[in-house]
Amino acid sequence: MELLRFATAGSVDDGKSTLIGRLLYDAKAIFQDQLESVERTSLQMGNEYTNLALLTDGLRAEREQGITIDVAYRYFATPRRKFIIADTPGHIQYTRNMVTGASTADLALVLVDVRKGVVEQSRRHAFLASLLRIPHLVVCVNKMDLVDFDQDAYEKVKAEFRDFAMKLDISDLTFIPVSALHGDNIVERSPNTPWYEGTSLLHHLEEVHIASDRNLIDARFPVQYVIRPQTDEHHDYRGYAGTVVGGVFKPGDEVMVLPSGFTTTIESVGSGSSKGVVPVDEAFEPMSVTICLSDNLDVSRGDMICRPNNQPSSGQDIDAMVCWMSEVSSLTSSMKLAIKHTTRSARAMVTDLKYRLDIDTLHRDEAATSLGLNEIGRVLLRCTQPLFFDEYRRNRSTGSFVLIDEATNATVAAGMILGGGS
Amino acid sequence: MTVTPTSYELSHLGYLEAEAIHVFREVAAEFERPCLLFSGGKDSIVMLCLATKAFAPARLPFPVMHVDTGHNFPEVIEFRDRCVADVGARLVVASVQQSIDEGRVAEEIGPRASRNQLQTTTLLDAITEHGFDSLFGGARRDEEKARAKERVFSFRDEFGQWDPKNQRPEIWSLYNGRIRRGEHIRVFPISNWTELDIWQYIQREDLEIPAVYYAHDRPVFERDGMLLAESAHISLLPGEEVTSRRVRYRTVGDMSCTGAVESAATTIDQVIEEVSVTRLTERGATRADDRISEAAMEDRKKEGYF
Repeated sequence: MELLRFATAGSVDDGKSTLIGRLLYDAKAIFQDQLESVERTSLQMGNEYTNLALLTDGLRAEREQGITIDVAYRYFATPRRKFIIADTPGHIQYTRNMVTGASTADLALVLVDVRKGVVEQSRRHAFLASLLRIPHLVVCVNKMDLVDFDQDAYEKVKAEFRDFAMKLDISDLTFIPVSALHGDNIVERSPNTPWYEGTSLLHHLEEVHIASDRNLIDARFPVQYVIRPQTDEHHDYRGYAGTVVGGVFKPGDEVMVLPSGFTTTIESVGSGSSKGVVPVDEAFEPMSVTICLSDNLDVSRGDMICRPNNQPSSGQDIDAMVCWMSEVSSLTSSMKLAIKHTTRSARAMVTDLKYRLDIDTLHRDEAATSLGLNEIGRVLLRCTQPLFFDEYRRNRSTGSFVLIDEATNATVAAGMILGGGS
Repeated sequence: MTVTPTSYELSHLGYLEAEAIHVFREVAAEFERPCLLFSGGKDSIVMLCLATKAFAPARLPFPVMHVDTGHNFPEVIEFRDRCVADVGARLVVASVQQSIDEGRVAEEIGPRASRNQLQTTTLLDAITEHGFDSLFGGARRDEEKARAKERVFSFRDEFGQWDPKNQRPEIWSLYNGRIRRGEHIRVFPISNWTELDIWQYIQREDLEIPAVYYAHDRPVFERDGMLLAESAHISLLPGEEVTSRRVRYRTVGDMSCTGAVESAATTIDQVIEEVSVTRLTERGATRADDRISEAAMEDRKKEGYF
């Protein structure tokens, strides 16, 4: 069975919790004791209806204040697929949470209230989904019951959203008219929208084609860990363990190791088993495997195995979009930070803040001198060591990095590489 | 791994396995003194299997630790020792009884006494004693709502505390394991697995599990809507009556606070069928320790619990 990870974004009022509650309930992923506990708490809090948000709001402070603080992960399955939902809150720490949830998502689900149309927040959702390059975007035009399932109202919202989305780089955009409260077009196609020719939301989630989203062309294998058993039985064994983040690796392939630039061939690809290592015919993203090379080279963690005729960029200067995530500090020019990129760790200096991006208007403020919490901007970084990278638009693994404050050890930024800097 | 070479697709178990192995290797590469928590329960059996695969053909590059309350199922302890010996790992046992004997904690008294809370002190003492800077745990996000919000790399301060409101953002698969001396990271490689995934993986890998997970006849009594096993570690309240029932366990913790469920499932296939259709969560059905309040798990975790 295939796995689909999707992120949902939205505020309390747009019916997101109701929608997730509906999906989970209909997929039988809400258990009786969970529902009873939510009903009990709703009653205690004086809610008139069973507040399904309580299912995901797990922390004491969240229940007390009626807010969602953090990304919550939910799981459900249908006979077709398994799903992991990253449910990101709409109000507090909104950008930071959505970036977190979106970073691993195959699909983003955005809700728009049909009566309100495309509001500021819908634009932000769409922008972040495109910035994080989530391959599929689904817009649920919700509360259709409140406009008597009027097709014109739906088409108007759709056109409005599409207008804005044109300015962004979104490869797959789908619209579905729904009523999360009543379940229209959630699991089954609704008789209330005979004019709608698409599928229900759940059907779409089950069928959307995600296999081709992976990069099977550019072979990339960041070495994560070197396995040397140092036992009599495996005296000369030297395996390079890691996760394939692009392309296909198989025995006999000619490969190059960076930064040394030496070429050799793959002797074997294996995956661990309780009885040692079993051979794998072909390794592809996101498999965790162990590669043995024909020649004895000096290869260590942070090195990159690729192909001689298809190498990532290599350099100490990086041009990137970053999202700043710290409450206590801001990004400024000449700041020094730790950088983590694939399995490589180094230090980086901000050599230039080119602009801060207004995510509502997409306006570039070139006069900006800092990036505060939840702000996004384009920066140039100079690293202490060369990184082996691709553009984020080409590879989400070799194109992404995080920045860490060396004094507090806090993760302060997520970065998406645009190219080499100068 | 289940691989369909022509389509380059990984099954959901293959995906979850790859993600967990990546996490194991990341910790082994970045930390000096990791340790794998192991109880002999089904989640830790899967964890031990994944860890073994991550470093094959080498042995585990870290020891395995069990926090033994002294109230465990005897068959689980026997199973634990066999498993650890099989993979050739070093076992560290941190004993709650010893913490009691040394006056580090006081034993609860009365018929509802449990050593569950006491484990936290024993665990934190052992972390200090051995200088562990990272501990692998088998917690899953689907188990409990506080756990649903916890990171894969979960930071603990010098008191072992978890601060749910101040967690490090975790983006892509780039984990931040930087700590200062005295702090540590709890690492949860199977965060994204569900109870059903665990059982399907046990089936796929043909892993042996303790017999208490399968239906057997056992003297039990009912308390708070759960079936608790009769044992030397728990005394009966007035009106409680021991009867023999056909039961199995969905989780395996302390005998004093882990409930059994009535079941006829004696094979892995039957267990999977049962788990697929159950209407109760694993902890809701069987764990007295989570029933204290809505935030029982969150509160224990903040103090340094698993």
